[in-house]
Parts: sequence; C-alpha cells; structure tokens
Amino acid sequence: MAEHKKEIDQVTGIETTGHEWDGLKELNNPLPKWWLYIFYGSIIWSIAYWILMPSWPLVNGYTKGLLNYSQRAVATEEFDVAAAERAKVGEKLMEASLEEIRDTPALLEFAMAQGKVAFGDNCAPCHGTGATGFEGYPNLQDDSWIWGGDLDTLATTISYGVRAEHDETRFAEMPAFGRDELLEKDEIIQVSNYVGSVAGLPVQDGVDLEAGKVIFEENCASCHMENAKGDMETGSPNLTAPTYLYGKSVENIIAQVNAPRHGVMPAWIDRLGETTVKSLAVYVHSLGGGQ
Amino acid sequence: MSSQVEPIDNEEDETWFASAAKIYPMEVKGRFRKIKWIILFITLGIYYFTPFIRWDRGPLLPDQAVLVDFERKRGYFFFLEIWPQEVYYLAGLLIIAAVGLFLMNAIAGRLWCGYLCPQTVWTDLFFRIEHMVEGDRRKRMALDKQPWNAQKILKKGTKHFLWLMIAWWTGGAWVLYFSDAPTLVYDLATGQAAFSAYLWIGILTFTTYSLAGHMREQVCVYMCPWPRIQAALTDEHALNVTYRYDRGEPRGRLKENKKRIAEGLPAGDCIDCNQCVHACPTGVDIRKGSQLDCIQCGLCIDACDAIMNKVGKPTGLIAYDTDVNIERRERGEKEVYRLIRPRTVIYTAVIAAIAGVMLYAQLNRSMTDLSVVHDRNPLYVLQSDGAYRNGYALRLLNKHNNEQNFTLSVEDMPEGSVLEVVGVHRTASDVVKDTAITLSVDADTTRSVRALVFSPPGVEMPGSKPMSFKLVNTETGETTIISDFFRAPGK
Repeated sequence: MAEHKKEIDQVTGIETTGHEWDGLKELNNPLPKWWLYIFYGSIIWSIAYWILMPSWPLVNGYTKGLLNYSQRAVATEEFDVAAAERAKVGEKLMEASLEEIRDTPALLEFAMAQGKVAFGDNCAPCHGTGATGFEGYPNLQDDSWIWGGDLDTLATTISYGVRAEHDETRFAEMPAFGRDELLEKDEIIQVSNYVGSVAGLPVQDGVDLEAGKVIFEENCASCHMENAKGDMETGSPNLTAPTYLYGKSVENIIAQVNAPRHGVMPAWIDRLGETTVKSLAVYVHSLGGGQ
Repeated sequence: MSSQVEPIDNEEDETWFASAAKIYPMEVKGRFRKIKWIILFITLGIYYFTPFIRWDRGPLLPDQAVLVDFERKRGYFFFLEIWPQEVYYLAGLLIIAAVGLFLMNAIAGRLWCGYLCPQTVWTDLFFRIEHMVEGDRRKRMALDKQPWNAQKILKKGTKHFLWLMIAWWTGGAWVLYFSDAPTLVYDLATGQAAFSAYLWIGILTFTTYSLAGHMREQVCVYMCPWPRIQAALTDEHALNVTYRYDRGEPRGRLKENKKRIAEGLPAGDCIDCNQCVHACPTGVDIRKGSQLDCIQCGLCIDACDAIMNKVGKPTGLIAYDTDVNIERRERGEKEVYRLIRPRTVIYTAVIAAIAGVMLYAQLNRSMTDLSVVHDRNPLYVLQSDGAYRNGYALRLLNKHNNEQNFTLSVEDMPEGSVLEVVGVHRTASDVVKDTAITLSVDADTTRSVRALVFSPPGVEMPGSKPMSFKLVNTETGETTIISDFFRAPGK
C-alpha cells in the first residue's frame, strides 16, 4: 500500500479523497448505511431471482427456475383469453347475415377489425397490403369484379377459392385458342385487335377488325357476351373494364388468347373458419369497390 | 498541493459507510409552527376525504367528484370530465406545477420543502405521534438509551402501531381515487376488492411508514433531486431562512457576552443556546448558512424568537431574509426586498399563459370531436366510370351523456362528388346519392366508420385537393370541421 497524506478540506473539516477537478476537491463523506443495506438487499434479491425465475443461459436451453415462469406461456394464456372474448362476438357474426353485419355498427366495427388483420395475414401476399393487387392478382379496391363484388359472392369466393382444390371451388377456363390450334395466328391477331378496339386501345396497323368481330362472335361471345362486358356468373371477365388482370394491351390480349394463364386462389373456409371468412368478406366489401 | 495526495485506499480507520445520526427535534411553538399545522390539516384533509365527495353527473356516469376511472378511460374532477384524447390537460397541469415550484423558489426559497411537500407533511404528523407517545426531545433520547423493559416496549409498540395505522390509511385513501369510494371501502372491508387494491394499499403503507417514520430527512438529503435543482435556480434576492450573522456574531453565552459588553468588546445577540439546532427536523445548524440539508421550514425561527423574547432582545435573529440585505446592513445601507424581478415576472407570466390556454380550451371544449385519417394504401382508386375514390377512417366522439345524431358531409369538393359511409343503410330515395349522411353515436363513447368520397366522373382532379369533413349535431347545431385532402393521380 502506497503511503498517502491525508488532506483535510478547510471549509468543512472533512477529509478529501484526493480527486480534484478544476480545483474542486471531492469530499470523502461516508455513504449512509441504509444505502449499503439496499445494495445487500439487491444481492439477496438477485439470488432469489436466480432460484425462482428463468435466468441463466445454458448450452442447451436455460435454467427454468422454481416458479417455472415463462413469458411465452403467459402470452399464450392471454391470447386464449382474448380468443374466447372474440368468440363471443364471433358467435353473433355466425348467426347474422352479411347484410346484418354491415348494417349493425358494433358487428361492423368488429368485422372490420378482424377482417383487416385476417387480410394482412392471409390475403396481402398476393393481393397486396392495400388490396390493390398485382399483375395476375386481382385488385380488390376497384369496382371491376370477375366473379362479382356483392357480400355473398365475396364470401363464396373467399370460402372456396378459384380453381382451388375444393369441391365447390369456382371454376372457369378459357380455351387456349393458339396452343390448341383452335384459331389461326392471323385470326388471333384479328380478334385480339377487335377486343382492343372495344376496350379503347390503339389497334395495330392493317388489321381487319370486321373479321375480328366475326371471330369474336363465333368463339368468344358465348362467355364474354356480345358486348364484351363478360359474365360474372361464369367468371368471364369484362373486356371493357379499365384494367385487365394480365395487363391491358393488345400484346397481352394476343398472349392471353393464344395460351391463357389461369391463376389460382386457395379455398379459405377450412383454414380460417366461417366467422373469419365473413369478416373478410365485409372488410373487402368495405374497401369501397363492393357492389 | 493536491498532486501529492494519493487516492485513498483501504485503511483500517476509514469509514466508508456511516449510520445516519438519529435526530430528535424539539417541539416548538410559534408563528411558523402554527402555519405548518394549518397547512397539514388542510392538505391531509383534502387527501383523506376528497374521494368521499359526491358529484351528480346523471344516471350513466359515476357520482364521485374526483375519480380516475381506468376501466372506462375517463378522468373526473368535479365539473370536468377528461377523455384520454385530452391528456394534454395533465401535461399543462404538470408544467404549471413545475413553474409554480420555480416561482416559490424565486420568492422564498424552499417553501415547497418546508410546508407543502408530502414528505414534510407526513413526517410532521409522525413527529407529532412520536412526541405524544414518547415525549419531547430529552425524553425520547433517554428512552432510546435506556435498556429494554415493559415500558419501553409499550411506548415503542404504541408509536409504531399508530404510525402503521396512519400509513395504512394513507394507502387506503390512495386507492379510493380509482374506484367508487363507498363501494370500495365496503369491498375492502369484506375482502372482495381486487387484488391490485390490496397491493397498492400495501405498497403505500410501506412507503409512508418507512419514509415518514424512518427515512425522514434522509429522503430530502439523499433521495430528492429538488434541493440540487433549487440550489442552482436560486438567486440573491430570494428570501431564505437566514441566520442574521451581522446581528448575532460574535456569539457567546449570555453571561460571557454581558461581560464582553462590559469590557467594551463587541458581542452579538446569539447566546449560543443551540435551540435552533435542537428544533431542526433535519438536524442542521442554520448559523452555518443556507445548506442543502435545510428544508427551510422556519421552526428554528420560532425556537430563536422564543429565546429572544425570554432574554429581552428583539426577535428575528433568524428570519426570512436575503444575503444581499445582510451585506447592505453591514455597509450601513437600507434593506431591499425585490419581489418583482425578471424571474418572478417570467414565471408568473408562464403560469398565467398556460393556465389561460387551458382555461380557454376548457371553456371552448367541444362535446363532439372528429378525427380523420386518410387511407395510405391506396391513396386513390380509379372507378370504372372514371371517378376517383378516396377512403378515410373516421372516429366520432360523443361526450354527451345521451345518444346524439350527426350529419356528416364533405366540403370543398366539386359539384357531383359523393360521400358514402360503409354500413350506413340507405333507403330507396337515397339512390340519388346525397352528400350528407346521418349518423348516430351512443352516449359517452366513440364510433369508428369508414367513409368513401367519390369525385365526379370525368372531372379532372388535382393531385392533392384540400377538402374537409363537416360534422353537425342535428339537435344542437354544434359543428366540427376537420380538414384533409382528396388525392388523385394529377399534379
């Protein structure tokens, strides 16, 4: 131990620690005893904590503690309580028709909240977080629908999907007019340009639109109707709509007539249950495009 | 030279920790003691009995005058009802409280510490109990020194029992502010109250008993930040409890000083009787000047004045005074008291401004409110007829105690725009879309709705058009207008 000289502060008569900052010297006042006892108490507390609570990480896991406390278990428990609470309102949703849900403020508020969360978890990967879709994935915000946009139709589509592996799924397939050699290449170009002209698109030069019209009436009108406005009963898209699922241009129409793409939407009823499907239908309808 | 001083290390005679010396304040009588008793009765009376004051608000709402209702998310203060959306009132009150503390400090130092702080008020009450059970200073000191016997056990036991009862009542009164007081008292007594109520009573019983009974001045000296802040904020014109050394020094026993006077030597008025030290609840010697441990309660003034009267000298050897005046008297100048100084004026102005804003907000508090949040994704949707659609999340607040009907409409949108509210039923006559929609909101609650606004088909819209939602109470005509924007792909 190095010898040191005690230095006494003249004003207070108290020894200094020898630490000095800009001429200010630190007095060596003793800490109060209770301060020390709180420190000891904290040590005892921490030991009790190690014994009672999960605390020490081990190679394979961690010490569980005598109380066997787990935040995960608490969270699960709280989740179950919340689920039971939701189930009460959920029962009301089961009993009510979709129109009743929409017209009853309490049920609507619940369905919108549940629908929003369910949409984010299940639908957003394809339809987008804002439900605006992508190429090949329908936009649910606008008022153009393939299978229909009223509440019951939406619920059916969500429940059973489109071209999904469910007995009641919606099913419609357009023939591959080019790949299966139902139409000649020229005919495909003619009919595609005719459709483009109906949809308000600029047509390609030197194409015989009259011939295209005849081909359309013979091959397409049975599903897409004479006026090309489609038929939601059979899932035939409206060809005069402002947007197309696979892009609105004559080139895209030619590609689609030649070998159509057919997207798949899964059936959700078995996975989500009726209550959630109802909430989803009300939520999607409420976005603004509902009919 | 400090550079020669080595940092200290473990030496046997060094004490790193010390027990706080127990302080046995002597009871005094006098002006400041009386003021402190009056304040104690008023403040504790408010604290313990306010939850039992009733205030009629109609059948649906609680009839407790002061209530913080966490379950229903409302705060009640007599005629005021505060919603969570109005928590800025609390912020305003806290700012006023802080600046009020600064103002007190600018006027007379630690007024808060000496008279109003709960730590001081409860400690005073606990001192009084101790005095009643164990007697005054000398008796208490003797009792602590004497060996344990039946009498000592009885006295100490009685004191701690009374302390615990007061502490328990303190905790009990606290929880009454958060629930209907008479019901909760009954539930607590019959063991039916919520666990959290018992827990909070337990916590506050413990803190009151330990802080007011055992920690006392240690709280002020070691735990409280205010003495440090106060010392930095104070100035030379703030009144402080001051030993007027210009009059008191050189101090000396009464006889000694008389002898000095007879010899023609200077002698002060202080007779070094130490009554000021004995009366001090934090154990300081005020004659050393203002110090961090001194809470400026004025009890040393009472103690000194009593002695000065006995020895036939003028009172006020210890008094509320300023350092400036001591220096001025020593120079033979006139005393000055400057209550109006830049800092007192500024603090008062800040308090008045905030209080004024809060009062204005309260007087013009709307019973209705509307919040509007525009959809962020997508900002707009093109409809098949060429119109643009914007979606908004609306929340309507009804602070009335009964159901209210409102008419919602949009303003500043071109002719032919349409407003829709999801879920609001439309009759056949509404097919010609009207721009106003009637909505009802239940008593004392909020309602969330989704509103859709359609621009007229074929009308070119700017990228961002300022517009607003207008909510009119159909009965009272009270109108709330909230501005927002209508978005479209244009520039």
